[in-house]
Amino acid sequence: MIGIVVVSHSRALAEAAVRLAREMVSSDGGPSIRTAAGLDATTLGTDAAAVADAIGAVDSPDGVLVLMDLGSAVMSAEMALELIGPEVAARVRLSAAPLVEGLVAAAVMASAGVDLDTVTREAEQALGAKEHHLARH
Amino acid sequence: MSVASDTIALEQLRSWLRDFAAEVAEQAEYLTELDSAIGDADHGTNMDRGMKAVAALLDDASLDTPEALLKKIGMTLVSTVGGASGPLYGTFFLRFGTALPGKTEVDAGDLGAALRAGLDGVVQRGKAEVGDKTMVDAWAPALDAFDGAVTQGGGLAAALDAAVVAAARGRDGTADLVARKGRASYLGDRSVGHIDPGATSSTMLLESAARTLTA
Repeated sequence: MIGIVVVSHSRALAEAAVRLAREMVSSDGGPSIRTAAGLDATTLGTDAAAVADAIGAVDSPDGVLVLMDLGSAVMSAEMALELIGPEVAARVRLSAAPLVEGLVAAAVMASAGVDLDTVTREAEQALGAKEHHLARH
Repeated sequence: MSVASDTIALEQLRSWLRDFAAEVAEQAEYLTELDSAIGDADHGTNMDRGMKAVAALLDDASLDTPEALLKKIGMTLVSTVGGASGPLYGTFFLRFGTALPGKTEVDAGDLGAALRAGLDGVVQRGKAEVGDKTMVDAWAPALDAFDGAVTQGGGLAAALDAAVVAAARGRDGTADLVARKGRASYLGDRSVGHIDPGATSSTMLLESAARTLTA
């Protein structure tokens, strides 16, 4: 089962998003999800070393999906790929998916054992349901 | 001028970063002011927090080579700055240090090449080009001026002075640019008329270098 890392400037935001995603997944099982968010509980910011640690914590041969909020979260995640080494980096995907919608979609698919590349692709289309409903697609 | 002043020892690198940390602490409000005009008003606070953490490690005797010291500085900034300057300055120092393997002293040629490795890292990380209104707009002309001075036979002091002049000019020139990176890019044309904070702190870093690396 793939692991998931959530990178955000805000720890509170990341933890709330993870709680929401877990609601959508059965209470037993579901993917390993770690946050790398905020410099501490209240200070906003991201830390590439923390992202690297989170990737390591959820890593397995099935790989890791990384979701980010914006701006420097993306640079921190990219830098983390350099910190973890090429062998692990090869099975990590940084996704352009929207943070909340992508995380929920990814958690559900990961629980169903869907492979990393498919989850990455689907997470990036995660705004589709909302767009369709609002008839803006 | 003795040849000795044209090589940089580890202790001078420490002095450099101490000087920069003091400068950032003193100018933190100003840097934040620049950033509130066009950014998210945290550049000064973020850099001050990062450089205070760097200052605290400068006396660690186990960081006993330029490479080890500079890489530790890079990783410290990554984990303490929080905003875009974390991965950007972090990558800068990591690449800078990595470009000095096995060195105990650094000459002007080494410094130029290593600073350029740092700048290449910043460009790779942030994907900014000259003209995007970022720190690159200070670093790129600064390193060209540094290299030019060295090529013309100038020593370390002349090269650093040339770099500072060019960085300051590049920094001031960012006022006329439309931001194409970072939070300022959301402002579009409204970012014109304001100097970029990252170009400002980068110029400060070079000014500190000119003050300390030839002493």
